[in-house]
Amino acid sequence: MSETNHFRRLMILWLGASAIATPLVVLLLGPILPPGNGSAQASGHVTDNTVLLGTATPVFLLIVIYLIYAIVNFRQQPGAVLEGPAVRGDKRVQTVWIVVTTVLALSLATYGTVRLVGDGAGAGQGPNPAFAPGGKKLQVQVIAQEWAFTYRYPSYGGVETPHLVIPVNTTIEFHVTSLDVIHSFWAYQLGVKADANPDVDNIAFVKPTKKEAFTIRCSELCGIWHGYMFDTGHVVSPAAFQSWIKQQRAQFAPITPALPPYSTTYIPEPTLRGS
Amino acid sequence: MGKRLLGVVVGTAILGVLIGLYVSVWATQLPVAVSAPTSGTGAKRTANLTLETVAAVGPQLSSQHPDWVSYLVRSHGRWVRSTIFKLPAHALVHVTIYQFDGDSGLRNPFLAEVEGTVGDTMVIDGKAVRTIDPDNASHTFVVPQLGVFVPLEGVGDNAKNQCGYAPCLLSQAHHTITFTFRTGGKGRYRWQCFVPCAAGTFFGFGGPMQTLGYMDGFLDVA
Repeated sequence: MSETNHFRRLMILWLGASAIATPLVVLLLGPILPPGNGSAQASGHVTDNTVLLGTATPVFLLIVIYLIYAIVNFRQQPGAVLEGPAVRGDKRVQTVWIVVTTVLALSLATYGTVRLVGDGAGAGQGPNPAFAPGGKKLQVQVIAQEWAFTYRYPSYGGVETPHLVIPVNTTIEFHVTSLDVIHSFWAYQLGVKADANPDVDNIAFVKPTKKEAFTIRCSELCGIWHGYMFDTGHVVSPAAFQSWIKQQRAQFAPITPALPPYSTTYIPEPTLRGS
Repeated sequence: MGKRLLGVVVGTAILGVLIGLYVSVWATQLPVAVSAPTSGTGAKRTANLTLETVAAVGPQLSSQHPDWVSYLVRSHGRWVRSTIFKLPAHALVHVTIYQFDGDSGLRNPFLAEVEGTVGDTMVIDGKAVRTIDPDNASHTFVVPQLGVFVPLEGVGDNAKNQCGYAPCLLSQAHHTITFTFRTGGKGRYRWQCFVPCAAGTFFGFGGPMQTLGYMDGFLDVA
C-alpha cells in the first residue's frame, strides 16, 4: 500500500470521526461545563470552555486515530530485524505542522483577547483595569488574611462584614487585597477569580444574573488552614440586599469606627511580633 | 551483578517504606482530643470548656517548642496542651479563658467585635463587653464556620507578676474572659487565633499558628 493511501485513509477516518464527535461534544457536554450560568461572566466562561473543547476534539481525535492506525498498520512484522527508515527533512510535513499549530495558537490567543475586552471576563485586572464595563457599579472590597475573607462596602459607610451578599443584575466591582500573604479570591459560580496580594488593589468585575448561593474559596496555597478558607456568598434581590446591608451596618456599628478609613489597600499594624 | 542489583532494589524499597512511614506518622500526628465536661440532655445540654492562653508554653508542656505561644485546655484538673475539643452537637458551650499573654494587636480591627456568642457579648473580669480596642488584642477565639468571633484582651505591659511560661497561676496577672456559644450539627469545625502572635515568624503567622496543638485546632462536634 502506498504512502498516499495511508494519508487518505487517515484523513477520511479523522474527518469522519471529527464530524460526528465535535458536534456531539459541543451540544451534549457544552451546556454542563463549569462554572455554570450564575453571572454574565460565568456564562462567558461556559462558552469559552465549549469553544476550547470543540477545538481540542479534532486535535485529540487526530492523535488517537493516528496512534491506533500506526499500531495496527506499522507494527513490526514477524521476522523483521530492522526498523523502518526515519523520516527526516520532509518539508511538507514540517510546513503543515508549523502552519496548523500556529493558526490554532494564534486563533485561540485572538479569541481569548477578544473575550477579555468589555468586562475582563471576571478576572483580576490589577489596580487599573484595561477592560471595565460601563454603567453604575457597586464596589465591594474583598479582604483576605490568614485564614478568612471579610468584605467592605464603601458605599454603605465602609461597613465590614464576614459575609458576602450582592444584588442580582448589578455590576459588582470587586477590589481584592490581602493583609498578609498571597491569597486568591475565587467565587466559583460567578466566574470570578482574582489574586489577593498584600498592598495591591486587584479589580474584577461581575454581573450576577441569578439569585443563588455561590462558593467562595481561596485558590492560592496560603498555609495550614488554606483548605478551610471557604465561605458561601449569596446573590439576592436588590430589595433583600438593601435590607441585609442595613442590618449589617447596625450589627457592626460598634466596631466600624475602629476600622481604618476605606482604602484600596492596607498596610496594617501591628507587625511587631511578626516582623 | 544480579545479586548487587537485587540488593540495591531491596535497599531502595526499604528506605522508601521507612521514609513513607516517617512522613505518614509526622503528618498525622495530632494532639489528643479533650472532651469538655457536659451536663443536661437534649436541647438543654451544655458543655464547659476551660482554656488559658500563655505567652510561652514552657518545657513541661512542649519540650520541642517551649517558647511558643499556646492555648491550653483544662482536663481532669490539669492543664493539657491540646487544641482539639470534643463538644456535643447543638449544645450551649460555656467557655472560660484565663488570658495570661500580653497584647499584640489585630491586623484586621474588624475582628475586635464579639460576634456569634449568646447576646453577641463576652464578659471580661466581670464586665460585659461587645468590642475591645483592636490594639489591645492578645489573641482571638474564632470559629468561622459557626460565626463565632471572640477577641481576647491582653494583659497590660505594666502589669505586675506576669506569667513567663506555662503553667501559669491564677495569682499571676491575667484576664478572665467568659462567653457562651451554641455548637452546630455533627462535624469538625476548625478554630483559630487571628492575632499575629507567633513571635519571630513571617507576619506573626508561622510556627505555633500553623501547628496543631498551639494556636488553632478543631471542635469535634458529635
